[in-house]
Amino acid sequence: MISEISFLLFQTVLAVTFLACAAYIVFFITRKKEVRTIARWILIVSGILQTAYLISRYMLTGYAPVTSLHEAVAFFAWASTWAYLSFRWRYTVKNFGTFVSLLIFILLVISASVSRKTAPMDAALKSLWLPVHAGVSLISYGFLALAFCGGLMYLLQERELKSKRFGYFFSRLPSLEALDQLNSHCLTVGFLFLTFGIVTGIMWAHQAWGTYWQWDPKESWSLITWFIYLIQVHQRITVGWRGKRAAVMAIIGFSAVLFTLWGVTFLLGGVHIYAR
Amino acid sequence: MPAERIVLVGVNHKSTPLAVREKIALADGYQEPLKRISKIPGCREYYLLSTCNRVELLLVAESYDRLEDELIDFFFGGMVPAEKCRDYIYIYYDEKAVQHLFMVASSLDSMIIGEPQIVGQLKEAYRYASAQHTTGPLLNRLLHKSFSVAKRVRNETGIGSSAVSISYAAVQLAKKIFGSLQDKKVLLVGAGEMAELAAEHLVGQGVGEVVVANRTLARAVDLAQKFNGLAVSLEELVQQLERVDILISSTGASDIILQKDQVKPVMRTRRNKPLFFIDIAVPRDLDPSLNDLENIFLYDIDDLTNVVELNKSEREKEAVKAGRIVDEEVLKFLRWYRGMAMTPTIAALRKKVDAICRVELEKTLPRLGNLSEKERQTIEKMTTAIASKVLYDPLQFIKQNSCKQNSNVKTDMLRTIFGLKDEDE
Repeated sequence: MISEISFLLFQTVLAVTFLACAAYIVFFITRKKEVRTIARWILIVSGILQTAYLISRYMLTGYAPVTSLHEAVAFFAWASTWAYLSFRWRYTVKNFGTFVSLLIFILLVISASVSRKTAPMDAALKSLWLPVHAGVSLISYGFLALAFCGGLMYLLQERELKSKRFGYFFSRLPSLEALDQLNSHCLTVGFLFLTFGIVTGIMWAHQAWGTYWQWDPKESWSLITWFIYLIQVHQRITVGWRGKRAAVMAIIGFSAVLFTLWGVTFLLGGVHIYAR
Repeated sequence: MPAERIVLVGVNHKSTPLAVREKIALADGYQEPLKRISKIPGCREYYLLSTCNRVELLLVAESYDRLEDELIDFFFGGMVPAEKCRDYIYIYYDEKAVQHLFMVASSLDSMIIGEPQIVGQLKEAYRYASAQHTTGPLLNRLLHKSFSVAKRVRNETGIGSSAVSISYAAVQLAKKIFGSLQDKKVLLVGAGEMAELAAEHLVGQGVGEVVVANRTLARAVDLAQKFNGLAVSLEELVQQLERVDILISSTGASDIILQKDQVKPVMRTRRNKPLFFIDIAVPRDLDPSLNDLENIFLYDIDDLTNVVELNKSEREKEAVKAGRIVDEEVLKFLRWYRGMAMTPTIAALRKKVDAICRVELEKTLPRLGNLSEKERQTIEKMTTAIASKVLYDPLQFIKQNSCKQNSNVKTDMLRTIFGLKDEDE
């Protein structure tokens, strides 16, 4: 029963997010404010449905829904959605929603295309650390994803201003200053969560395997990602790295995040593989 | 009923040279000219608009031979040779008049297409006219409609969104770089008129501080005073770059006064905060390769002109769309206007009463049991007779051409009393 409801919930999430994304794109093209209001509400509905879906997965397996690739990516999408909605509550950045909703939809499509089976989990890994470590890490990915979208928008807008040929994006994208602030905000929050995620990972590794750090590929790559973001945060605070450089770094950092999330599992293996 | 027409007479920046417009501009408010219009025979409703680019009179009047001459006389009052008057003035009737009014309200007839002030001016003019009770049901409706057309054009097209002068373009670009211009600082290098204008626009948009650097300090002090700012000498230019955000350069120097190598180290002390350079000098003051530096945006006069041209062509595209909206609204208004006319009102009234009679007859006749054909006809005749007698006085009232009441007021009243719906609603 729950498994059917869960399945239906995910299909609904996909459909609703598609609608939100489509509405945001229509707003991007037509610039009609009513469309944006509609898009915003659809995205909030999608966020609530995603939450319901994760709860249904929890009821199905009995542990936090972050163990299979499907769940991890769905959780990632959920984190991005709520990171955006929480961000939205404090600032408005023109047309940011279009880029973010597109990313969320892509994540959900990826999540839909891999196996949704639930698998029993290794007894050694059952611990309270699991939801804390994986949850916190994925929430940090959510904020870093926002920084990535902001970085893309910054590069597009900067190119318009530097080349002085004002195309389609110039009037539709926000000011460089707004995008840079967004970068700074998301990066700070994302970096804090990322650090916390790695620390909790170390604690969990100690509890489960008896050693704090074992240079597993995923661990190494997390560390690389963490350093990329550390450099960024450090440089921004000390010498005021901003603008284009910060935007490029946000994109590089996010590529490292994606590689840590998927690339490592498929290419390098290690103890962090998802349940299949 | 003598033919009643909507007439629009006016002069604007296209039809009439400034020298003539100056003479007829209404310097001392609307009150006195509105009184003068009331003396023109046949005027039922009227309203007058006067801005620096146009004077327009819109009226509902009985049409007669001398009307145009009376109007021309009102406008020029003998100040302009009679044979020239016809060249300067435009007179539109009915559909054309409505269309022109809507075009003006939507800022499609303005000197700068899409400029937003005109609706406000229209509303103010209307306030004066309605305060003096010179407008009636027709003009009230027409003017309210023109406001809503303007709103529709503004909402559905991008006509008001692009800047069409160099200073506007500079403000537009600055906003795309800095977001808000609050607390930003501007440095004027050279105290030219263009730079002053651009600075004025920036200050109007909330720029916090103006610094003026000039070869002759006296002129710099003068200009700085105007903006409550600071005057510095040209030697301090690089030093000032550490604390300003926007630089507008317009010196008469024959060489470049700011090189890339001078600015590069400044960016470090600025902690990479963006700098917006505007070079409106010819020959140029600023090193073109400054644009290659990160977080620096350099625009010279040609770049800004390109922005303006781009905005202009964008507006023209939008103006076509806006024109379509205006045409559509003109048609809608005319449909309503024709419905307002007397004959259709009478017809609509008869139709309504006939329908009521028919419905009541259909209800009643079956209940009366077996009636002969003759009896039936008698009852039917009776109902129509009652209806006609009841309608007789209202119809007499509306057909009467009393000079006190204008027929629009009467038809409007009649339509309201009998609940006759407008065709376009």
